[in-house]
Amino acid sequence: MILVNNRDRVPYTQGMTVQDLLDKMGYSYSLITVTVNGTLVPKEEYDYFVIKDNSSVNVFHLAHGG
Amino acid sequence: MKEIFKRNVPGTTEILQKSTVAVAGCGGLGSNAAVALVRSGVGSLILVDFDTVELSNLNRQYYFHNHVGMKKTEALAKLLYDINPDVNLELHSIVLEPQMIEKLFKSADLLIEAFDKAENKQWLIESWCRAFPDRPVVAASGLSGMGRTEAVKVHKGGNIYLCGDEESQAEEGLCAARVAMVANMQANIAVAILTGQEEV
Repeated sequence: MILVNNRDRVPYTQGMTVQDLLDKMGYSYSLITVTVNGTLVPKEEYDYFVIKDNSSVNVFHLAHGG
Repeated sequence: MKEIFKRNVPGTTEILQKSTVAVAGCGGLGSNAAVALVRSGVGSLILVDFDTVELSNLNRQYYFHNHVGMKKTEALAKLLYDINPDVNLELHSIVLEPQMIEKLFKSADLLIEAFDKAENKQWLIESWCRAFPDRPVVAASGLSGMGRTEAVKVHKGGNIYLCGDEESQAEEGLCAARVAMVANMQANIAVAILTGQEEV
């Protein structure tokens, strides 16, 4: 099981990448920041970074305004 | 201890006086957060912004008519010295770029991300995490419009703290009450982290 945003539980599948998880969650927005178990995963690694079972993933959505 | 900090939370002023906070962006978020940080007792700030104060900033940013036309870093420095003449300020009136982060923010214990555009927020957070993986960044996303107070939250993952509703976009318009609320949330988290009251 993967914990997303300290709230949602997503079933784990072997070899699942950050991009797979984003697709599964329906996150199509490009302006995001992702951490896996507290460590930042850069955008260019979403397709390759494999998530382990029982990981905690945070997807931060960045909106304009400041 | 200085008289201005007499009503502070006991035991926090000494720690905050020794702390350095970087504030990237001195607009609605950065100006309001910086004021709260200095009033809270933070001893040193690094302020970065390339922009000058315009009349259209006064609906939400911590500036006054007499600041219009001044560089935001300099206008904010004036205000902060008026609160605490002994505060240490380092001003950079430049356009911040990813490769500058490591050198410019070397002495900072924590970063307040206070940019306007989402794509800039993204590279700033990522550059900070790469340069300083063990130091917290308190960012903001989704502070536009008005009302919807209960939609504003703190989203934490690793050393990233993101304040806001993560949805509302600047095109909705910006209202001082909501922008300053999120800016003060950022400052509140920062002082709690710096004084060890918030888990990092």
